[in-house]
Amino acid sequence: MNALVFLVPAALVLGLLGLALFLWTLKSRQYDDLDGAASRILFDDDLPRKDKR
Amino acid sequence: MTIAAGFPDGLAPGQAGLSRAACAHCGARLAPGQGEFCCTGCSGAHALVRGLGLDAFYRRQETAAGTLRPPEALSTDFAPHARATSPGTMELDLIVSGLTCGACVWLVEQALAAEPDVVKARASLSSRRLTVAWRGEARRANDLASLVARLGFKVAPWSPACLRATEDAEGRALVRALGIAAFGSMNVMLVSIAVWVGTDMEPATRHLMHWLAALIGLPTVLVAGMPFYRSAWEAIRAGRVNMDLAVSIGVLATTLMSLSETFRNGDYTWFDGATSLLALLLAGRVLDRAMRRRARQAVAELLALQEGTVALRLSDGTTRAVPAESVRAGDFLLVAAGERLRLDGVAEEAVTLDTSATTGESVPRILTPGEALAAGAVNMGQPFVMTVTAAAKDGSLAQLARLLERAEQGRGRFVSIADKAARLYVPVVHVIAAATFLGWWLGVGVSWQAALVPAVAALIVTCPCGLAIAVPAVQVAAVGALFRRGVLVASPTALERLAGADHAVLDKTGTLTEGHPELIEDETLDPELLREAAGMARASRHPLAQALVRACPDAPALPGVREIPGRGLVRGSLRLGSPDFCGLGEDQGSGMTLVFCVAGEAPVIFRFADRLRGDAGSAVAELQALGLETELLSGDGAGAVEAAAAAVGIGPWEARATPAGKARRIEALRAAGRHPLMVGDGINDAAALSLAHVSVSPGTGTDLAQAASDIVLRGEGLTALPAAVRVARMAQRLARQNIVFSLVYNVVAVPMAVLGFVTPLIAALVMASSSIIVIVNALRAGKEASA
Repeated sequence: MNALVFLVPAALVLGLLGLALFLWTLKSRQYDDLDGAASRILFDDDLPRKDKR
Repeated sequence: MTIAAGFPDGLAPGQAGLSRAACAHCGARLAPGQGEFCCTGCSGAHALVRGLGLDAFYRRQETAAGTLRPPEALSTDFAPHARATSPGTMELDLIVSGLTCGACVWLVEQALAAEPDVVKARASLSSRRLTVAWRGEARRANDLASLVARLGFKVAPWSPACLRATEDAEGRALVRALGIAAFGSMNVMLVSIAVWVGTDMEPATRHLMHWLAALIGLPTVLVAGMPFYRSAWEAIRAGRVNMDLAVSIGVLATTLMSLSETFRNGDYTWFDGATSLLALLLAGRVLDRAMRRRARQAVAELLALQEGTVALRLSDGTTRAVPAESVRAGDFLLVAAGERLRLDGVAEEAVTLDTSATTGESVPRILTPGEALAAGAVNMGQPFVMTVTAAAKDGSLAQLARLLERAEQGRGRFVSIADKAARLYVPVVHVIAAATFLGWWLGVGVSWQAALVPAVAALIVTCPCGLAIAVPAVQVAAVGALFRRGVLVASPTALERLAGADHAVLDKTGTLTEGHPELIEDETLDPELLREAAGMARASRHPLAQALVRACPDAPALPGVREIPGRGLVRGSLRLGSPDFCGLGEDQGSGMTLVFCVAGEAPVIFRFADRLRGDAGSAVAELQALGLETELLSGDGAGAVEAAAAAVGIGPWEARATPAGKARRIEALRAAGRHPLMVGDGINDAAALSLAHVSVSPGTGTDLAQAASDIVLRGEGLTALPAAVRVARMAQRLARQNIVFSLVYNVVAVPMAVLGFVTPLIAALVMASSSIIVIVNALRAGKEASA
């Protein structure tokens, strides 16, 4: 049962990490445009970049 | 439908098997003899896209045919909407209509990014919001907006209404609660399963497990359950009983019982049940809300496209575009030909107004000098100067809006089927739970802590879950399916009310008819002459000229056309305008004709009328087949109404109905125990719409009518209306089935719980299986709608 002393806190910390990440994604508005994000991943990035000076 | 996707531009196969049947830009079907494009706007847009090196767009485009046809010209001044974010940088929010696919987002963003001074361009596909930031002056706003417009998208300033529809603090709180509940339930389950399986576990280890579960479960229940507790508390304060109250009591009782079991180291704790119940219910609620948000956004988008500025005449004789809200009584406004009046006023000259939106009359009316002009009418004559008599907040539109708000509050009495079920369910279940507790404690004589276990098990097994999810699941499926068909359901109880409607009251102008003049087809018209006239008409924004252009959309704009405001167009020896303008004498009051004359030839007369929608007849017939009685209620003259009623086959009709008369008719129907469905588009219908049992307005309707309606039909035509009624009825049937199913489940599960046979494992299985069956059944609502 000694294993529990490590495993349970480890599981909880990992879970909390996931929760914190989720709350961060929510706060940084990553769920506001789900449809857009789905197609944005398919955009080509090889267009001629303009100089932003 | 995708026409051009997957093919290089210009090579898209047409539906009829012709080599080039679709416009290379917007995908609209081409008339024979047209080259690559349906109009000059599309040709310009195509050149623009190619010039920017963005023609990959055409391979990915997924827009419906014809939606990307560039509008004629921008009428709004965007500069006042730009705001300075940091010194030298301006930002502008736009709503972009037609932004329907990923490729569109890409095109708009890339086209703007190619401008040298633009620092950021970001479009959101869900909310159709485009945020563009640039270095320089506010005036650039117009160039950037018109660039997007030239690509074929309709743009309007991002309005506060759009913001309200998109910014959904409550929805975000729900998603957050869902995240916490999902985390909590999964981690509690980790511990619980160990307890379920580990029957040989030592009591001390089990006690540790119980405390761990409590450590995770308690905060989860307290934080993630907030949306339910809040709603339950509101219901209690209002003296009502709702499903959230049942959920709250169930979850809190389970938590307290588990806590007591933790202290006395009982066999099981039930934190897993409480947290997963919350997670499941929150998931349903998040989906429901997202669906409704989409509908609200779409309605806000329709409204934003109608907003605009007015031309204020300053003391030095120049005019300036300002928002209508900033105009005060006594100011002078210049009303252009074809412009909609946004404020009440009087004119010093006789004016011709199309008052179809305010009174329902389909023929323009001539108002004498000094006669009150109501906001909402469209100027069909020459431009005139109007003295504003009331600021926007005191005007007739604002008064009507306040009336609507009051009517809206009166409608809150409707009780949804879920609440009806809750009213029965909540007392019964709680009486059973209380009786179980007393029975075990006093009857059998176990300790009160032990007696609490079967009592709470009865609470959680009857599971508000199946019941609470029964109706929302159906709603999500049905509202989503209707959304894809262009039916926007804005109110949460609209579908249920639509299912119960038994009497349809329809408006004529703008509902059964198109709501704007259309050329009456005439076999004797020479197509070449029509083409030439339409080409000239492109130069004008007058409604009749626009109708002429619609009748012949492929006519190229002719150069050198001069507009004589309110009278007609001149190009060399060609004249297009009112009969008076072309020397045929005074127009006999109808105002619905244009004359085209070529010097030395007989003048050609184009007649216009407000045409019936192509599917009006079949939609009305379908409504009747669905068992709804139909009637026509119009503010138009008797002749026009009778003709429309006969053509469409609609039952009794009433002409010259005033707005108050329409509202009275609806009230009379309600008083007679009927459930009227009102369909209307005008300002004069708004009162009747908000009084009706359920109300629908077409997407072309006025903003007031749409705001007063439960359902907005976005597409052209009325066919979607009977389809919506069918889906609503199907949804209602499925919701009833789901409720019955949940009750049957309980008939089996409750006695087991009361007798103490239920363990947390069984409760979890019951809860999950009943929810899954209810959800699967609900999905049928979506299938029905898309069939």
